[in-house]
Amino acid sequence: MELVLSLVIGIFAGSGIWLLLRPRTFQVIIGLCLLSYAVNLFIFSMGRLTVGAPAIMPRGGFVNPAAYADPVPQALVLTAIVISFATTALFLVVLIAARGLTGNDHVDGRETEQ
Amino acid sequence: MIEENLLLILVGLPFAAAIAASTVSTTAHRAAAWVSGILLAVGLPILATLHGPIADGQVLRASLYWVPSLGLTLTFRMDGFVWMFVALVYGIAILVLIYARYYLSKSDPVPRFYAFLMAFTGAMVSMLMSGNILMLVVFWELTSILSFLLIGYWYQGQAARDGARMALIVTGLGGLCLFVAMLLLGQIVGSYDLDRVLLAGDKVRADPLYPLLLTLFLLGAFTKSAQMPFHFWLPGAMAAPTPVSAFLHSATMVKAGVFLLVRFSPVMGQTDLWFYAVTGTGMVTLVLGSLIALFRHDLKGLLAYSTISHLGLITALAGIGSQAAILAAIFHIANHAVFKASLFMAAGIIDHETGTRDMRRLSGLIRAMPVTGSLAIVASAAMAGVPLLNGFLSKEMFFAEAADWHNGSWLDDSLAYLATLAGVFAVAYSLRFIASVFFGPPATDLPKTPHEPPGWMRHPVELLVLVCLIVGIFPDQTLGPTLHVAARSVLGADLPYTDIAIWHGFTLPLGMSLIALVGGVVLYMLFRDRIAAGPEGPPLLHRLRAQRVFERLLLLLTWKFPRQAHRLIGADRLQPQLRIIVLLAVAAGVATLWGGLRQAPQPLATPLNPSFAVMWLVGGACAIGAAWMAKYHRFAAVVLLGGAGAVTCLTFAWLSAPDLAVTQLLVEIVTTVLLLLGLRWLPKRREEIAEDRLLPARLRRGRDFVIAVVAGAGLSAIAYVMMTWPHISNVGNWFLRNAYSEGGGTNVVNVILVDFRAFDTFGEITVLAIVGISVYALLRRFRPAPESIDQPADQTGPEQRSITEVLLVPSVIMRWMFPVLIVLAAYLFFRGHDLPGGGFSAGVTVSIAFLLQYLAHDVRWIEARLTVLPIKWMGAGLLVAGLTGVGAFLFGYPFLTAHAQYVDLPLIGKVPAATALLFDAGVFALVMGATVLMLVAIAHQALRIARLRERDAAARSETEGL
Repeated sequence: MELVLSLVIGIFAGSGIWLLLRPRTFQVIIGLCLLSYAVNLFIFSMGRLTVGAPAIMPRGGFVNPAAYADPVPQALVLTAIVISFATTALFLVVLIAARGLTGNDHVDGRETEQ
Repeated sequence: MIEENLLLILVGLPFAAAIAASTVSTTAHRAAAWVSGILLAVGLPILATLHGPIADGQVLRASLYWVPSLGLTLTFRMDGFVWMFVALVYGIAILVLIYARYYLSKSDPVPRFYAFLMAFTGAMVSMLMSGNILMLVVFWELTSILSFLLIGYWYQGQAARDGARMALIVTGLGGLCLFVAMLLLGQIVGSYDLDRVLLAGDKVRADPLYPLLLTLFLLGAFTKSAQMPFHFWLPGAMAAPTPVSAFLHSATMVKAGVFLLVRFSPVMGQTDLWFYAVTGTGMVTLVLGSLIALFRHDLKGLLAYSTISHLGLITALAGIGSQAAILAAIFHIANHAVFKASLFMAAGIIDHETGTRDMRRLSGLIRAMPVTGSLAIVASAAMAGVPLLNGFLSKEMFFAEAADWHNGSWLDDSLAYLATLAGVFAVAYSLRFIASVFFGPPATDLPKTPHEPPGWMRHPVELLVLVCLIVGIFPDQTLGPTLHVAARSVLGADLPYTDIAIWHGFTLPLGMSLIALVGGVVLYMLFRDRIAAGPEGPPLLHRLRAQRVFERLLLLLTWKFPRQAHRLIGADRLQPQLRIIVLLAVAAGVATLWGGLRQAPQPLATPLNPSFAVMWLVGGACAIGAAWMAKYHRFAAVVLLGGAGAVTCLTFAWLSAPDLAVTQLLVEIVTTVLLLLGLRWLPKRREEIAEDRLLPARLRRGRDFVIAVVAGAGLSAIAYVMMTWPHISNVGNWFLRNAYSEGGGTNVVNVILVDFRAFDTFGEITVLAIVGISVYALLRRFRPAPESIDQPADQTGPEQRSITEVLLVPSVIMRWMFPVLIVLAAYLFFRGHDLPGGGFSAGVTVSIAFLLQYLAHDVRWIEARLTVLPIKWMGAGLLVAGLTGVGAFLFGYPFLTAHAQYVDLPLIGKVPAATALLFDAGVFALVMGATVLMLVAIAHQALRIARLRERDAAARSETEGL
């Protein structure tokens, strides 16, 4: 499982970074989404992989932390998901506004040599 | 105790006056002056009270505990020297206030003026009284900043702005040097307390860092006291209103520099280095300043250079550093303050009443303003050093010191000649001031008809000139004792009492004075016409303007170099910037992990489930596909992105993160819809971009591909190594143990979000609100790409079908989904504290419910039936979350402390009713509001553009009809 997950984190991040470096706005927005998946999974995986033991506690009594998934990366990622949604939305609006203003979809607002 | 409080009051009064003055109305000239004046006048009896203990040789101290936990206290101290200086500042400040009341015109905004002036006074007084050398620098810099504001008071004028900026840059940079010097000094001495520093002279002088310390210290003192070559800001500061000039040149600002020199001369002085640097600079400034003053045509310019030369004199005395020299320096500080303040005020009166300050135009004014003229004549006689006036006495003492033997160096030997030469110039420029302005034929071409000023504008000058006379005639009965106390507090208690007498017999200094007087008169008589006709500066020297050098340097450093640097290393396009960011991130990762990344001895291994692998085969393919398609097939890219998101979501569910899975799923839906809505306004790319096939584009793609592969592989490696290292117990364990007992919930992730780390969540929902409003605001004036304004192709085809026809079955289903989704949201929300769910997911769910309605029907239909006020929801959400946090204050807990308990509701049963739930409700409302706002704002564009289109069509048909 670890190997598969780390490989796909790399694939997501690589695809995201490649898109990030492209000149078209829509490519960059898709790239950011992919990169945020990769980063979210990466942060999440820092709590190590646990199958079938979500961090839902019994009501009172002794708690053995080793028996549950680490909640901290999860809490961090939960926040990150919402924030990345917000940035995607903002970026999308900037994107379509820029398309209307500049007449092209280049990230610099003008077609350049590079 | 009472003295301690009096000290603090003395420091606080000017600041209180500043605050009071800033609150009066813009036109209330009288009120602003009265308020400031009365508050300052309170300081005088306080100073009188303090005189007793000070005269006994006591040093008074008062501390204000500022940040006790950091050991930061504001310490104020007062000894004889400081007392004399503070009295000078207070006295002249009051006179300047009275003068300014009549000087400023009705249209000037006075509260600003008085507030700045009073704050400046406060900064100066605090600087003088600082008992801590770091605090001293802080107040020192404060005087720089406030003098900037004062000089630039008439900011409409270019000269005022330039002068203010120049003063700030020069004195501010000097202040920075001084700051470093004080830090060094504190390190050497081991304390920043002024008293301890003053006693540690031997230690300081013996330190290897002494030369560096001295250089930085002197840079600070010389820039402030306008010593050459930093003198040029002072003439530039003439652009200030004259009351400000009178104040800056007499008791404050420039005097701060010499105050520092005199104060620290026992600590850093008595070395050759000090003598050459300080006395040398002082003498150069003295001679050149008085020479340039002679050639200035502007009245204030002459006075400004005269100030520079007198400061040079005081600096030279501080450099000599003998007991008599320090006494003379202190004496001259006071004398110069008195006569220079009166001269500036007189110059201001002349400017005010005649409309010009050009000495070539002014003439014969003694007839029009006999009183002011007489006062100015007496004051400039004091400046020239005419006997029976205060300036004469301190100048005599300076001459005596100059003639005296100190260390036999060439500089020491030449002091007497230089001093006499400067004396000649001083007499000549004083004479020029009097003769050209007040005598001669009456001027004919003045902008205004000259006459005497209002009485109260002149009274401050009268008082100051009176002081010049009294001190000049009865020095020992008036200023003598105070002076002695001041000198004793600088030099030590064993200082013998020195009589200040007018008549010492025929001595060398008297001879020098006489030479200066006669020489000055002769010099002026010989060259008066050539000076008046010549340029504004001594021959040859006037071409070398320090101000011009400064301006060129400023241009170079703040304009040309930054531009060049920007051209060289700047990247104003996004792609190179992003590339640099990615490369830097990769480099940072490599640099930190190089050699340190190794596999755990016993790597963790969760047994691989084949379906997990297959799932991720699809996920990886989706990601690569999305990257492949994003350029020409945007729709496909969005779908593939959704696939990647779905796999991510399943992974969360698989690996014990149900909360994440739920949120990811919901957010995925919303993001996809959002992107689809956005695609409507992004015209389809129909033809291939030709350049893409060319070699440079291929090379670029190749390079970016390599970067992406390297970065991805690196991240994979790090992720794998981290994942397989055994888990180290961390803060998560604490959360797991205490979630139920402390937070009252069993779902730890949710408890962390709404309870333990609620403040983070609060910040996060605020960000969400800001983004929502930004999206809304950006779309208000949105202009779509011209290609996408027309109706989409499938809506304009031959068979036009309304949306209800196309989506008949789905729309019915979607309508029915609405209540189901609302219930689902409520379910997610209420169970959130104990089971996966919570405010986030509930909020997104409700927004999806709304969104489905927008998809199922056209916008008009839906908005006729359903009113969502997203901004109100957002506001309410933020308010509820914030108030829940503030509520904790009522019970004496810190912000956002939660309280948890269960309540039995009829029918529903046991429900967790923590205050965290209330907070979560706020989160819910805000997330829902922001999401709906964004989605609806984009969805609405179709409506808006349709309306625009209809209007355009109507307008077109109308014009065609005509």
